[in-house]
Amino acid sequence: MRGLQPRNQASPNYDLSASQFSPDGRVFQVEYAMKAVENSGTAVGIRGKDGIVFAVEKLVTSKLYEPGSNKRIFHIDRHVGMAVAGLLADAKALVEVARDEASNYRSQFGNPIPIKHLADRLSNYIHAHTLYSMVRPFGVSVLLSCYEPTDGPQMYVIDPSGTSHGYWGCAIGKAKQNGKTEIEKIKMKDMTCRELIKEAAKIIYVVHDEVKDKNFELELSWVGEVSNGKHELVPKEVFAEAEKYAKDSLEESDDSEDEDM
Amino acid sequence: MKTLGHMINSRFGSHLFDLLSSCRKNFHILSKQPKISVNIGQMDTVEEYQHGGPKQAYFNPYAFNGGTVLAVAGEDFSVVASDTRLSEGFSIFTRDNPKTYNLTSNTVLGCTGFHGDALTLTKVLEARLKMYEHEHHKPMSTKAIAAMLSTILYYKRFFPYYVNNILGGLDEEGKGCVYSFDPVGSYERESFRAGGTASSMLQPLLDNQIGFKNQIGVDQTPLTKEKAIFLVKDVFTSAAERDIYTGDQLIINVITKDGTRTEYFPLRRD
Amino acid sequence: MMETGFWHGGPKPGAFYSLPGNSSTYNDMPRKHTQQPITTGTSVLGVKFDGGIILAADMLGSYGSLARFRNISRLMKVNDQTVLGAGGDYADYQHIKDIIEQRMIDEECLDDGFTYTPKALHSWMTRVMYNRRSQFNPLWNVVVVGGIQDNEPFLGFVDKIGTAFKSDVICTGYGAYIAQPLLREAYEKNNAMSEQEAKALVDRCLKVLFYRDARSFNKYEIAIVTKDGARIEGPMSSDTNWDIATMVKGYE
Repeated sequence: MRGLQPRNQASPNYDLSASQFSPDGRVFQVEYAMKAVENSGTAVGIRGKDGIVFAVEKLVTSKLYEPGSNKRIFHIDRHVGMAVAGLLADAKALVEVARDEASNYRSQFGNPIPIKHLADRLSNYIHAHTLYSMVRPFGVSVLLSCYEPTDGPQMYVIDPSGTSHGYWGCAIGKAKQNGKTEIEKIKMKDMTCRELIKEAAKIIYVVHDEVKDKNFELELSWVGEVSNGKHELVPKEVFAEAEKYAKDSLEESDDSEDEDM
Repeated sequence: MKTLGHMINSRFGSHLFDLLSSCRKNFHILSKQPKISVNIGQMDTVEEYQHGGPKQAYFNPYAFNGGTVLAVAGEDFSVVASDTRLSEGFSIFTRDNPKTYNLTSNTVLGCTGFHGDALTLTKVLEARLKMYEHEHHKPMSTKAIAAMLSTILYYKRFFPYYVNNILGGLDEEGKGCVYSFDPVGSYERESFRAGGTASSMLQPLLDNQIGFKNQIGVDQTPLTKEKAIFLVKDVFTSAAERDIYTGDQLIINVITKDGTRTEYFPLRRD
Repeated sequence: MMETGFWHGGPKPGAFYSLPGNSSTYNDMPRKHTQQPITTGTSVLGVKFDGGIILAADMLGSYGSLARFRNISRLMKVNDQTVLGAGGDYADYQHIKDIIEQRMIDEECLDDGFTYTPKALHSWMTRVMYNRRSQFNPLWNVVVVGGIQDNEPFLGFVDKIGTAFKSDVICTGYGAYIAQPLLREAYEKNNAMSEQEAKALVDRCLKVLFYRDARSFNKYEIAIVTKDGARIEGPMSSDTNWDIATMVKGYE
């Protein structure tokens, strides 16, 4: 019906297609996709001197879910990890695309895919979905982590518009602003993965909104010298230690707040 | 059926002969050849043209891995046996590779020839049997397996499974039955049949001992299970003496209404 | 109706006559269904020992009779319980290796704790080899798969046409004639030899092969799988003794 409205009538319908700008130069479909990302649990990635760490706040909306299901950290290749925020089904489609890219690169060149190349290919793919009226943009932001023996650790972030940036630290999802503020307090350039994994876990606990979202599962992964260049979910002991550190420091700050009052 | 079977048999026989002679040709290509002389009619001997290009080994998709299978049907039982030697040329790949395949609780297949085809064929059969069971909620009868095997074999009429199949089991009345096949699917129900490299040694002996052929005034008592197993061991022991592709061990599957029982019997290992 | 050719059977406008014996097109040539190995590896040896398996292969890539590549690996670690060795065409082996490695990465990406077992890989190899031979485009290899499954050692063989079997002792190529009898004799005497004994046995077999197989080389690798994992060792060499070589007469 809306499409039948006369052309000269003032109309707010610039948000119906990804292939159309609004008069003030915005593509609403893409902005809505970013909104979809902001409904999702937070994910943070921090680049240290020897690798990258990921921490994800996976919101659990029902106690009936199996623990550990619907993980939001994925392996793309041996040396590449991806943490996602947004629509999980969209994210899984992207994961498949990224794995295909990595696999094709390997079969053609016999080497692991350079992360810059992967990030470019993936962001082009995401961007292509912002250009046509017959497709919907991806409601997903992704963190890409990688360790390359020659170039060391690198991290890229791609948003639903298809823009990609390299980062030392970034947060996506619900509490991305708080997350970024917390990351800025860290001197990550002098820190190792073993130190950073604790900080990353702590940030997830700090930014978690206990009132709105009750339950969440913490996911932690790393890639770097610490894991021999392989992207992996952190070992049990490391996970336990990081989670304990996060919870303890949260309690400490609660205590100090109590004292102040 | 029999006539048709024999027609196909003989046609296929020549097909196999082509295959084998092509192998022999390969051998010549590979080995150093003397210049061949051809005598053309009354004329002087002419040297055949030979090009000095690279020698090519033509790819042969078949191999012959030897082995012997045997099935005997009795009144209320069947015996399906094979040796366990797997060879190629003068080499023994392994001494422990049975060529009998338990398809259902009352059907066993003996399958020799090219082992790659035997593996593939039995995999296809397994899959088809499973599909049948899921669709009909019962295992396939021996008779139905025989018919299906025939179509599976004929499906590859022009690139055949290079295998000799002998199927043993119980029919729908509980009587022992044996079906024998040629490589392209012609088949027939019989009461005993040997297949594989030593089949030409086993079959005449069985004709005599079970079919009572060429005997005068013999007491034609029905075959007992014990006599059948005894005979199977004897004929295989004899075959292992003469056939280099038969030996190492004998596996005997005895199929009765209670299921399939397997026993082993040692054969010559040289 | 418009005629496209000048006359029936003649060339199309702008095309040439197709003169006998001077065909300029390759399209009408029959597709060639033959192949031959180019750079080749020789024997692969494999034997079970108490609690594991060992594979061995030398590191020569022969180009016909030319010893062309002298440092190529013909053994691969597939995962912590599986190894694979290959003889025959080296390019085909590398192709197989690439496919398996990508399959392992795909498997690791799923991160569900499942990995390919030696038996599964062996069965898969039989299908790959058989399917390629059925298309008359074989992978010109002999492949030996080894590993541990359900705490039992496993050794399996597949060749280029899909002949496959499992066995306690496996030798391919010239090894089947020269090393196989040595390995079988040793295995039948003691089927629970230690890892060290197995290593020494394999070293001796490779040495004999080096003496007699003209396409072999005294530099080899071994792959070992035990319950503690899979590993490739080497390169290493056998101590050879040519003292009696001068006494061998009659081949001058």
